[in-house]
Amino acid sequence: MRHLIDIQQLSREDISRLIETALDIIENPGRYSEVCRHKKLATLFFEPSTRTRLSFEAAMYELGGDVLGFSESNSSSAAKGESVSDTARTVGCYADIIAMRHPKEGAPLVASRTAGVPVINAGDGGHNHPTQTLADLLTIYREKGSFNNLTIGCCGDLKFGRTVHSLISAMSRYENVKFVLISPEELKVPKYIKTDVLEANNIPYIESTSLEDNIGKLDILYMTRVQRERFFNEADYLRLKDSYVLTPEKLKAAKADLSVMHPLPRVNEISVAVDDDPRACYFKQVLNGKYMRMALILKLLEVAV
Amino acid sequence: MIIGQIKDGIVLDHITAGKSPEIYQILCLDKLDCTIATIQNAESLKMGRKDIIKIGKVIDINFDVLGYIDPGITVNVIRDGKLAKRERLTLPERVTDIIKCKNPRCISSVEQELRQEFRLADRERKIYRCIYCDSEAKKQI
Repeated sequence: MRHLIDIQQLSREDISRLIETALDIIENPGRYSEVCRHKKLATLFFEPSTRTRLSFEAAMYELGGDVLGFSESNSSSAAKGESVSDTARTVGCYADIIAMRHPKEGAPLVASRTAGVPVINAGDGGHNHPTQTLADLLTIYREKGSFNNLTIGCCGDLKFGRTVHSLISAMSRYENVKFVLISPEELKVPKYIKTDVLEANNIPYIESTSLEDNIGKLDILYMTRVQRERFFNEADYLRLKDSYVLTPEKLKAAKADLSVMHPLPRVNEISVAVDDDPRACYFKQVLNGKYMRMALILKLLEVAV
Repeated sequence: MIIGQIKDGIVLDHITAGKSPEIYQILCLDKLDCTIATIQNAESLKMGRKDIIKIGKVIDINFDVLGYIDPGITVNVIRDGKLAKRERLTLPERVTDIIKCKNPRCISSVEQELRQEFRLADRERKIYRCIYCDSEAKKQI
């Protein structure tokens, strides 16, 4: 049984094949429109999400499949105290594949042990979000044509920003990749990402608190939101939420072929005025996410096209 | 000081000096009804000083627990006065229900009867991480 819990489970070859499938879906959507007929995707979202849940649902519908599930824990048996393990085992009796978002880190791994069907981690707390990374990778590939020779700036909440952790893990496997990690002191990348991923793979990186000082070096700028739901203390959130705001003014110092990415939702860390800049890629990421989720569902369900 | 030979039992050798009380406690040796000798600060060519525990009975020992607490230990199993088996412990790849994850955001903090599992992330630096949330084990037991 294959699952996707952590982006590290996918080899470079796996990612290349997923990208090939996604590109083929983009070119030939008609070929894929019925391939998951009579298959059901369960979306178990114990935490609110618009983008990821709808993206999974749209992906399954575009493959001709069906969708069932819930979008908040209050409307699930978790509200009655049921364990993740039991919920997954139950849902595995109804669905062919599960996409799970849960506020507790490691919940999808627990689910994968009992579900009896493939489980996709659709975000577990501040830990991992591998399908967002797949969306990011397709975006990088379509914008840059390659994953090599890139300087990637990650800016904002790098402590709880699970999309950043997964992206760093995924990109650290390619050649001549460098990272510029821009965050307030309190929201720096966790130590284990630096030691186990960056340093273990000899990836050059610098840490900085200044976006302005570094924007000119970057091929990709990956902005993130400071997430209210990750803070135990509201005062800390309010103090840090506006640490970085990308504006057209700041973009003047950037390369002409910079790609500005953001996992969305955005609050105010990217000015709306940036949306019309050709370097803004964050809405392309949304679309790419659906294609990569389609490719992933096909892979995990072992559907041949 | 003379401590008698064991006929059937276990000798835990090359214990880091000072660690024998902790090992005594973890292995619940106080619950056994056989002879037990704890030797502290014995001279050792290899280690300078070491502790030794002699147990006058062959018991089941969780090598993962022992290897996690003190990976240099040698376990000698004695039968009929002869060395029947010798095992040099190393840090185990996985430890289950030995360390508890301290991350309040981890699923292991709430999920019913979920076992606490840690994987060895860095043998050189003896770092274990929770398999669910990747949090580093804060301290040894």
